Amino acid sequence: MKARSEWISAAAAGEAALPAMARLRGWLRPILAVALKDLRIERRSKEVINAAFSFALVVLLLFSFAFDPSAEETRTLSGGLLWVVYSFCGALALNRGFARETQHDCLDALTASPASGSAIFLGKALANAVLLLALEVATLPIFTVFYNVRWEAGFWWLALVFPLATWGFTVVGTMFSILTVNVQLRELMLPLLVFPITVPVLMAAVELTTTVFSGQPLAEDWAWLRLLIGFDVIFTTLSAALAEVVLVG
Amino acid sequence: MSALLEARGVWKYFGAFAALRTVDLEIAAGSTLALLGPNGAGKTTLLRILAALSRPSRGTVTLAGGDLRAARRRIGVLGHGIAIYDELTAQENLQFFATLYDLAGPEELISRWIEQVGLARARHLPARQFSRGMRQRLAIARAFLHEPEILLLDEPFTALDDRAAALLSGLIEQAGAAGRTVVISTHQLREALALATDVAVLDRGRMAFCGPNNDEVRAAPEAFYRKHTEAAA
Repeated sequence: MKARSEWISAAAAGEAALPAMARLRGWLRPILAVALKDLRIERRSKEVINAAFSFALVVLLLFSFAFDPSAEETRTLSGGLLWVVYSFCGALALNRGFARETQHDCLDALTASPASGSAIFLGKALANAVLLLALEVATLPIFTVFYNVRWEAGFWWLALVFPLATWGFTVVGTMFSILTVNVQLRELMLPLLVFPITVPVLMAAVELTTTVFSGQPLAEDWAWLRLLIGFDVIFTTLSAALAEVVLVG
Repeated sequence: MSALLEARGVWKYFGAFAALRTVDLEIAAGSTLALLGPNGAGKTTLLRILAALSRPSRGTVTLAGGDLRAARRRIGVLGHGIAIYDELTAQENLQFFATLYDLAGPEELISRWIEQVGLARARHLPARQFSRGMRQRLAIARAFLHEPEILLLDEPFTALDDRAAALLSGLIEQAGAAGRTVVISTHQLREALALATDVAVLDRGRMAFCGPNNDEVRAAPEAFYRKHTEAAA
């Protein structure tokens, strides 16, 4: 049985934890509100999904003609091909993600609200990541058929790599889409800024995906996985910390 | 009366261009300030700084002596854009902002504002189906929803239809009567002076005049305006 002093200290810790929980809830609320708002708008307009899915389908089809799906080399290129498609679809999606906020100066209303810059940024990034992941999930079976790859044995690896790589790409992309929100030719500028910085994420994603598609063990690829996790942690922290400065010009 | 919102020595540069130069402004609690000036005088830039949407390049802006950005829950902004999402319904637009402001009893508040701006029958329609006047009224509801202590209105009467203009005038009067602080940036002298207790005139980024809206101002507003702006030079 607990001693009386233990009960008292446990109760005190609970009371101290309450404001911390309330603060956490207060921080999470606008993140979820922004993300759900973006996803709801996308569900109705289908602006990003339609454009990105059509693009992915066409590119996958063209690649399948360009490469012989039965050849073993194709399997070694498969991760690269897939992530080329995903990264270009990502750029397409990110371009629209923040353009929506400028349409009626909605970004001003968001920035003027009590939601912190980091919450607005993370909400936008979360919505973009969910959209891209949905696109990846929808196109992976098509890719599997076109390129005759097998990944069932590495399913859990893909379930880990895809969200990590998508989040890394989205975090950088969302940050730059805020930075370029008022820039002329932003649709050209955004990929030019995002792709060089996301090279480590894309390299790691390509390596890990190719290993899974080739049916090889992933024992030697831990370094790529650590790179993905490290990139996500560093760029999420950095972007969230800088979002307020970037949003309030 | 003590200053609620205070700007001290504010400069704002866009590249090498100084949009605001040494602007000092004290806005008393409960006052209604008409911020006047020709195009390019820096009214919108100043209003954006007062709304914590932009940082001054030099100088400080405080709300009740404290950090303005930390106190933005107390501020309501109605800018040039309506800040409404076309794909969301009127109800969803207000619900979204109510969540951002963490309002208590949001459903009741949203219903009250939707009624007040005359959108009760259209509350579940997407805003893209709204007429221009309906969108403007929804934007007004969005700006007033959290019942801000300070209202910053940038050219609020521009392009408003008659119904929305009457609604906004009424709300500004009510806000003034309730002791709220209102700043209206506008070209429309007579409308603004009819509501204002104080007047500030910006000209080429400098504060040309700041004082009470007294009989002298009200008697000949155009002459007063010309006297303090570049047009007189």
